[in-house]
Parts: sequence; C-alpha cells; structure tokens
Amino acid sequence: MSQQIGTERGSTDALVQVRNLKTYYDEGGLFGGQPVRAVDGVTFNIQEGETLGLVGESGCGKSTLGRTLLQLEDATGGEILYDGEDITSYEQDELLSWRRNAQMVFQDPESSLNERMTVGEIVREPLDVHEWKTDGERRQRVQSLLETVGLQREHYYRYPHQFSGGQRQRISIARTLTLNPDFMVLDEPVSALDVSVQAEIINLLEELQAEFGLTYLFIAHDLSVVRHISDRVAVMYLGHIMEIGPTEELFADPSNPYTHALLSAIPLPDPGQERDRITLQGTPPNPRYPPNGCPFSTRCPARIRPSGYQDLDEGVWSQLNTVREVLRERQRADRTIRERIRGSLGWETRFGDMNDTITELFGEFEVPANVQEILDEVARRANENDEEAALTLLNDEFGSVCDGVDEDPEQSDSELQFYTVGSTDRKSYCHRHDSEYREPGPVIEDRSIKEHGE
Amino acid sequence: MTADRVRDRPDREDPILQVRNLRTVFYTDRETIRAADGVSADIYPGETLGVVGESGSGKSVTARSIMRLIDSPGQILAGSSIRYRQTETVRAYADSFSGHTAELSDVAHEVDKSAAFDQIDRTPQHFGHERPEDVPVADLVGGGYGPELGLCDEGDFVFVTDGEATRPGQIQRGFVEITALEGEAKRLMRGGRIAMIFQDPLSSLNPVFTIGNQIKESLNLHRDMRGSEATREAADLLEAVGIPDSRRRLKEYPHQFSGGMRQRAVIAMALACDPDVLICDEPTTALDVTIEAQILDLFTQLQAERDLAILFITHDMGVIANVADRVNVMYAGEMVERADVDQLFEHPRHPYTQGLLESIPGAQSGDSLSTIEGTVPTPNEPPTSCRFADRCPKAFEACREVHPVSVPANEQNDDHTAACLLYPENMSEQEAAMMHDQRNPPREESDTS
Repeated sequence: MSQQIGTERGSTDALVQVRNLKTYYDEGGLFGGQPVRAVDGVTFNIQEGETLGLVGESGCGKSTLGRTLLQLEDATGGEILYDGEDITSYEQDELLSWRRNAQMVFQDPESSLNERMTVGEIVREPLDVHEWKTDGERRQRVQSLLETVGLQREHYYRYPHQFSGGQRQRISIARTLTLNPDFMVLDEPVSALDVSVQAEIINLLEELQAEFGLTYLFIAHDLSVVRHISDRVAVMYLGHIMEIGPTEELFADPSNPYTHALLSAIPLPDPGQERDRITLQGTPPNPRYPPNGCPFSTRCPARIRPSGYQDLDEGVWSQLNTVREVLRERQRADRTIRERIRGSLGWETRFGDMNDTITELFGEFEVPANVQEILDEVARRANENDEEAALTLLNDEFGSVCDGVDEDPEQSDSELQFYTVGSTDRKSYCHRHDSEYREPGPVIEDRSIKEHGE
Repeated sequence: MTADRVRDRPDREDPILQVRNLRTVFYTDRETIRAADGVSADIYPGETLGVVGESGSGKSVTARSIMRLIDSPGQILAGSSIRYRQTETVRAYADSFSGHTAELSDVAHEVDKSAAFDQIDRTPQHFGHERPEDVPVADLVGGGYGPELGLCDEGDFVFVTDGEATRPGQIQRGFVEITALEGEAKRLMRGGRIAMIFQDPLSSLNPVFTIGNQIKESLNLHRDMRGSEATREAADLLEAVGIPDSRRRLKEYPHQFSGGMRQRAVIAMALACDPDVLICDEPTTALDVTIEAQILDLFTQLQAERDLAILFITHDMGVIANVADRVNVMYAGEMVERADVDQLFEHPRHPYTQGLLESIPGAQSGDSLSTIEGTVPTPNEPPTSCRFADRCPKAFEACREVHPVSVPANEQNDDHTAACLLYPENMSEQEAAMMHDQRNPPREESDTS
C-alpha cells in the first residue's frame, strides 16, 4: 500500500525528498512474527528554508520518521533524497560527513545532555568529532554560539544541572548549530517546557531559521505550537501521512476526517466557545497489526457504511465499533496454557462470555433483528475462541471500502490513494474524496447532529 | 456542556472544602522552601476548581497537603487550616471519634479576639485580616491555636459549630480539620472522602497485581466489600469509566492497558470509595489530545452523575478553559488571582495571568510570541515584595517593597481577586501600596514557626 504524491516529484528546490519510506521494527526475528510498522510508506518533500510541521498522536511514527530521516534508524524500504542524493544507500564514512548538514534537537532537555560534561564540552563535541580547526578556534566558536542562543560566554565552564529546562534546551540547540547544518529535525523540542519558556524557545528557533536559512522538520503533538511555527503541516496516523498541506489552510479547513477530529480535540483557551467536539472512540490500533484498508477506519467519525445499513442508529454503530475493538483485543491477548486448559474444560477464564459483553453494550439501544442475529453469531464464534472468524463476519457485514471490503468488485479500484483537496497544493488520504462519496466534513456534522439529537 | 455548569445554580451551597492560609515548607540544608505560602481556596460541591501555574508554582504541593501526603523534610506549618465541611462526614466523625470532638457552638461568640492575639505569637495579618475581630474562630482553631486559647483540647480534629458533640446525629454544621488528622481518622478521609488522581497512571498502578485486584482492594478497605460482590462492583466501575468488556479487563495487568485506559482504571479506583472530592493533579498531561478529550468528557459526565467537587490542577490553559468553573492562578507558592473561568480568560487582571495567556501560541497573531522574561523564583524567604515584580512588565517602585495581598480586582464581580498592587483600581498606586502593606504581617528577622 504505497502512498503516491506524484506531482511533487522533481520539484527543484526540495531539500529533502522522501519516497515511499518504510521503517519496520522487529522484522522477521526468530519466530517470524509480524513486524511493527512504525512508518509504513510515506512520501513528501521539504522545501529549502521552510518549516514542515509533523503532528500526530504518540505511537503514530512521527519520531521514527524524524530519526529515519537522519539515518538514526535504518529504513526498511523507500528512499530519502537529500539534495538529490539517496542517503539510505550511504556507507558509514559518507554518513559521517553528511551528518554535518543535518542535526537533531531532542524532546527532553534533562536526558539529552551529559551531566558529567561542561556545557563547553557538550557543545563542542561535534566539532571534536569532525576535527574542526584548532582548539582555540573551537572554543571561540562555541562561546559565540552560546551568545547566539541567548546564553553567556562564561556558561562554557558550567555544568548542565546549573541550568533550567529552557536554558538546557538552548544548550541543545547550540550543539546542533556548531557544524552549520542546513537541515534540523526538532523532535518535540518544547513539549517538556512551561508555556512562557516554550514561547522563548519558539522565538529563538524562528530567529535562528531567519539568520542561518535553516530548514526544519518540527515534530510535535501540540497543534497550537505547530500552527504557529510551520509553513506546511503533515498529519500522521499509524505510520501514514493522512493529510499534508499549507498550515493555515489545513487548520482553517481540514479535509481528512482524522485532521477534523484532531483539531476539534484541542482544548482551546477560551471558555466561552461552544463547539461540537468530535470525541474519537478507542485508541489507535497496534502498529504491529494495522487494520485492513484505511489505517484510521477503526476510529473514523466519517467511515463509509455499507449500503444495506444506512438507517442504523448512531449509537449502534459506535457500539459495533466497540465490539470490533474488543474482539481485536481478545485476539491479541495472550492465552496462557492454564487458561487454555481451563477453557477446554469449560471452566471460567478471564475471557468471559461474549454474550454478556454484547448485551451490556447494546442494552440501551433498539437493535434490528437482522443485526441482532449477526451479533449472536459473532458472540458464538467468539465464545469458541475463534475471534478471527467473528471478526471476519463482522467485517463482511458491516465493513465497507474503508475496511478493505470491496462491496462492488465491478467498480474502479478501491485502493486508498491521495486526493488533491483545497485551493493550494494539499493532499488528503481518504476514500471520501472520491466523487462517489460525500466529503468528510458534512458527514461528520450530520452524524454528530444525529447522535446528539440537536 | 457549559450551560448546566454549577456556577449558574442559584443555590450555591457552602464550600465542601475550605483551605485557609496553608503554608507548606520544605527544610533543606541550604534553605527553607516555602512551596505553598499562605494559600486559601474554597471548593463547592459539584463544581470544578481549576488551579493553574507553571512548574514550581506550588500547585501539586497544595494538592498533596490536602491529602496529607507531605513527608519529611516537608511540613505543614501551624496556622494552616484545611476544613472538610460536609455535614454527613462531620456527623460520622463525631460519632466515631467522640474523644477528639470539640464544640465551638457556644464559645465562638465569647472569644475576645484581641486578647486571643496577645496570647499567641501571631497577628491578624497572618490570617489575612487587618483587625483581630475579623479573623474567624475556625481559622484560629483549625490552625492549631485552639488549645492555647482554651477552645479545645490537644489532638481534637472534629469541630461542631452548630449542634451538640454528644448527639452526632443532630449536628447541623461543623468541620473536620484535615491538618490535625492522624492514624485511622486520616486513613478514612483519604480515599474515602477525598480521592486523588495523579499525572502518570502507570506509577499509580501496581504492575504485579491485576486491575481488578487493585480496585477490589479499595472496595475492601473503604466499603467492606468482598468476593463476588466486590468483583461485580469493580466491573460496574470499569463500565462507568468507559472500559468495555470489563470482566475480562478486571483480570488483566496494567501493562495490558493503553495509556488512556490506564487513566480510566485509575479514575475507577478513585471512585471506588465514592468520594465527594476528587483531586486531579495533571490527569491528562501524559495523554494524547484525542485521549485527553475522552478523559475530560468522562470527568464532566462523572461529575454530573455523582455531584463530585473536583480540584483540577494543570498547566494547560486550554484544559482549564474546558473543565473549570472557577480558576485560581498560582505563582511561587501563592494564589495570585482567582476568578470565574469566563472572567479570567476575558479580563485577566494580574500581569502574570495576562502574560501566561499571551504566551500561548495561536492566541496571538504577531510574528514572534510574547514571553514572560526570566523564571519562577524559588520562594525561600518570607515575602517582602511582589514575587513577580522582577518579571513584571508593569512593575513600579512599590512592587519591590510591598508584598501584595489578594484584593477585589473587578468592579463587576466581587469574586474576582488579584494579589497585585495595581488593584483595587479606584486607588492610586501609593494608596494601594499603603493598603497592601498594612495587611501584611509585621516583618520578622526569621519566620520559623
């Protein structure tokens, strides 16, 4: 399932071009299990001098992506072109000299500085590694960099514990600047800081960008920070980029259902605002076992529903989703030998009766007879410990193109792809942009009105 | 969601929890850190009181003091009073701990407060008042000066202000003084009446016991439930906090739960003993924004169902705007501003609050973000000036000489106060400085009590 953003290929001023990049962990292994698909085929460009914001929930692969771009993790597939050269194919020594161009600032200023080294030693270490000029010149450079990031020259001789969180992050930033890089990956650089300190660091980063012409990949989960600093934003979910485009447009008029949900979840510092918050159900799926079809299908508020069940109650739909989550979790849960024996003897195990769970979930809703029949069958299969079969049934009945179920094989291909949306060069990864379906925005609105009865 | 908030209820009751002049200090070799330095707050039943501030402002210490979770080298100083005022609890305590119950109903009117202040080593200003007669007897007794003044015996912690100590069922008003609780009485209060939820759900759960086990432990201790009854109640609790398939989940271990589910389980544990007050110390800070939204919704729902009073601590102004009815802003161990949530965000009065709100990215349009220069000072001396003065864009000379006290800061709204020399607005800077100065306790060489 590759993500193709064709038009951007070959644009001239892209500093970093990422093509169908994949990073998997635990691949193969002794038991040949499923790998963790941290980054599962992403394609995008970063233009020279711009800030690309990368947002998403924890575990979506944004940090892995950032680390892979600097070759701190090996890519499983795809390529990363830096100034037109594929860095994934570099040998060790080529990498070493390339790394002068690309640096990283880490999230936690407490753990990214060595407590036993002085600030001077920490900041000049990159210069020592790359054997830059003489000792005296190195010290001169470090001291002037300390001033650049808003510290003082005499801080050279102090130790990290004498500095506050904000100052420590300044030290980190000074360290990344020593070799005059062009490209910086900032992995949640302000998440650990208080809001007033956060503002100072963001201002510093913007000043440095203007002064040295830096290109940033800014990774964060705080959307208001990203909105402030980024020229373009990429929204990531479960190893995929769901939407990418110019910041203001994306924030003002999100296209992808996930972007909608993410934006509406931010608590705004304004108590008076009345808005319909889309509260997503459940948690993101395990990247070791991503869902079939669209990665977001398990939680999507605008999921396409099969034509046979158009008038099912919103509440029933959301409980059907819960049933599926429960089954998926049961499927993953390790069954100990003891439990298997208990189960085969017909004793009670922690995997209680699925009928009870279903009754509890659907108790307050009116469930149509045909749906109830399917649920009974699902429960029967689950009670026989065949979650796989139960899930297949659930998926066949209530799944749609979003879940990788092809309702109508005659029709054009159901492979998920990127659609161009909005007025500028913005891409969104969602079936709903196909002319066959309604756009996500109005669907989400309709459904939330139905659910809250307003 | 906002419409049915409690502040709109006409019949706002008495506060369920009253904090007065709370001073919690930590003694270290180098210095004495006054982490909470004269904190006062009221929490009403069914409302959410938000407390915001940067790290090091004393938010968590305040919460932990209420739970009596301050260990050596920390200490809650004399003069601090934390009063739990729910009548039902006072009756139950008066019943169980009759030896520690004192009646204030009659003596309260007869106390000669001027004489009282001659007896103890304090001034009315220590209690936040100018004249002796303004200091409530409860503040004196709660602060631990009862025995000295002959109002109660050493070790008393249940105080009856309306009713008779000998007839617990008839008590109309009174309070349990949390700072004086010890042993069994303290255990009953913790968890049973006031529960707390911490930031990191993983560290509040024991990795070697199942979730069910841990919920059943509290049910067993506080509600005396056992066996299948406890299991059923635990499963119901998990359902109530939105964990499906609860019977299976009860038998699972914390590592098998996702971050959001863990926090739900912790909330279920906190609710197991049916508390009236819930203290949440940054409960959503470790969670993703979509999960945070789920948990905030859950709090709103639980509060409506159970009429919980919630003390919600966070550094995130966005979260505060969403959950709180009233907000207290903390800075360097002090409450510098308190107001209704709408007032606070629309008309912040204290320059610190204004700075905090302005430094949020997205709230401003300019190219560079406005910041608050400098860092939060460590409150290691009794205040002799405004602790924010060095960072304050509006500071004037008097700010470095006079310690501001909380005064009304909004003519339209009496509940809106700020501890800043710029207020009250109808006074000149000089007048205001004089007024603030008079309400401070006299300077002492060293303040160790």
